[in-house]
Amino acid sequence: MQTAMLDVQKIREDFPILKREVNGKPLVYFDNAATSQTPKQVMDVIVDYYSRYNANIHRGVHTLSQEATDAYEQARVKVQEHFNAAKPYEIIFTSGTTHSINMVAHGFGSLLKKGDEVIVSALEHHSNIVPWQMLCEQTGATLKVIPMNDRGELRMDAYEELLSANTKLVFCNHISNALGTINPIETIIKKAHAVGAAVLVDGAQACPHVKPDMQALDVDFYVASAHKMCGPTGMGMLYGKEEWLEKLPPYQGGGEMIETVTFEKTTYAGLPHKFEAGTPNVCGGIAFGAAIDYMNAIGFGTIAHYEHELLEYGTKKLLEIEGLKIYGTAKNKTSVISFNIEGIHPYDIGTIVDKLGIAVRTGHHCAQPIMDYYQIPGTVRASFAFYNTKQEIDALVAAVKKAKMMLT
Amino acid sequence: MTIKEIQADIVDEFSMFDDWMQRYEYMIELGKSLPLIEEQYRIDDHLIKGCQSKVWVHAAMEDDKLKFTADSDAIITKGIIAILIRAFSDQHPQDIIDADTAFIDEIGLKEHLSPTRANGLVSMIKQLKLYAIAYQTQLN
Repeated sequence: MQTAMLDVQKIREDFPILKREVNGKPLVYFDNAATSQTPKQVMDVIVDYYSRYNANIHRGVHTLSQEATDAYEQARVKVQEHFNAAKPYEIIFTSGTTHSINMVAHGFGSLLKKGDEVIVSALEHHSNIVPWQMLCEQTGATLKVIPMNDRGELRMDAYEELLSANTKLVFCNHISNALGTINPIETIIKKAHAVGAAVLVDGAQACPHVKPDMQALDVDFYVASAHKMCGPTGMGMLYGKEEWLEKLPPYQGGGEMIETVTFEKTTYAGLPHKFEAGTPNVCGGIAFGAAIDYMNAIGFGTIAHYEHELLEYGTKKLLEIEGLKIYGTAKNKTSVISFNIEGIHPYDIGTIVDKLGIAVRTGHHCAQPIMDYYQIPGTVRASFAFYNTKQEIDALVAAVKKAKMMLT
Repeated sequence: MTIKEIQADIVDEFSMFDDWMQRYEYMIELGKSLPLIEEQYRIDDHLIKGCQSKVWVHAAMEDDKLKFTADSDAIITKGIIAILIRAFSDQHPQDIIDADTAFIDEIGLKEHLSPTRANGLVSMIKQLKLYAIAYQTQLN
């Protein structure tokens, strides 16, 4: 992968929001793992869509509808190429990762039976635990959990023991949202396939940092959200191998997803429309494509290299604060630092640093099982993007020091 | 003192502070210095589930007046609780039911009472009022 030098000051010019002030201080945005900011190149595409060719797609014969359809389907091809899916119709546009996961979980409702097993990792976001719990309750299948070690890495020895002929589906995030751990999904997929199980990987946290290759990974399902990779909210994707998408029943009934309808019988449309009932988020899809273009123009190799520098710098600087502990110290991790200061509630730190213009996330990050493992109520999480700077990290460190002084 | 008078006092005290930092330092002091709840009441039965910080509330009637004790695991939350307890505790249930919370806005802590703040304070005020309604029903 290319790793050109990243001109961060030039990149920051693309993000108007980075110029604003919060509580009278320049904004330092370190909540990128929750949502990324939007460059003006993507905003321009959104404005252009509503200014020139806003229309319902796939049905109209008029010019606007045709233009909107073309742009939407071109975006699908962009997403396909970006993720190196074999076919454009293996990319289903959804409202986001949670929607995508629920589609697969719903589909497996008709494929699982009592005695079957579903494996999830201990590092999951709640959105990845709850649908599988619901699925298991509904089908009588059993949910098993891959445990993690103190560094926040999945225990692959334990994973191998969980796998058996009963395993039907393995579910794991590519990168943990709470700790930043990069999971060895290549191995997880290979071992699951060896027992005949399908694998769904949640790439919500990975896609802002890496460019996953669907065919090389040989993954069965992969899901992502546009809003974490410089795109709009309410937009995401489900990648599924053609054979799997054909096997799963449709998730919702409605327009667009049908081929013929009589009151006796409906036949479903082919992929991807079978899973895209109703009027889709046309503008969102087109903007998702623009976001992917934007990030690729910078280059994921360049982004990863720069963010790793931020991670190393931030880790070093934060650890200089006495009593500060970082949770999630995996060898392979992205630019996420989850931490606490001894004797101080993360909510208190978050409140003070917000007053100083710094946006971090506090709480359990929708990953309570991880917090239970460490026996903490939550953490402060600073997550860096390629448009952040070392100077901003210095501001965070100064703010945390100030918070510590005030709170102890 | 009536709830209104106490609230006016609190607003008066806070008006001495020039900036947010002094206000927060004062709240943190309040949070640190007050023994807020007896250990036996610091249990899940008395827990109000905020998303991030835990808040415990206990209520008891003494001479027709409702006394609240409360606590939190986060110090800033605890400081705000101390202010709320000062304003609402040791009052007749009906007065608590009728009281408003506009003074929180006036002392520059409005953001903590936003329903999206997820610190349990909105739920806490609701809980104080629910206790007051329950005890008022008993009095009637």
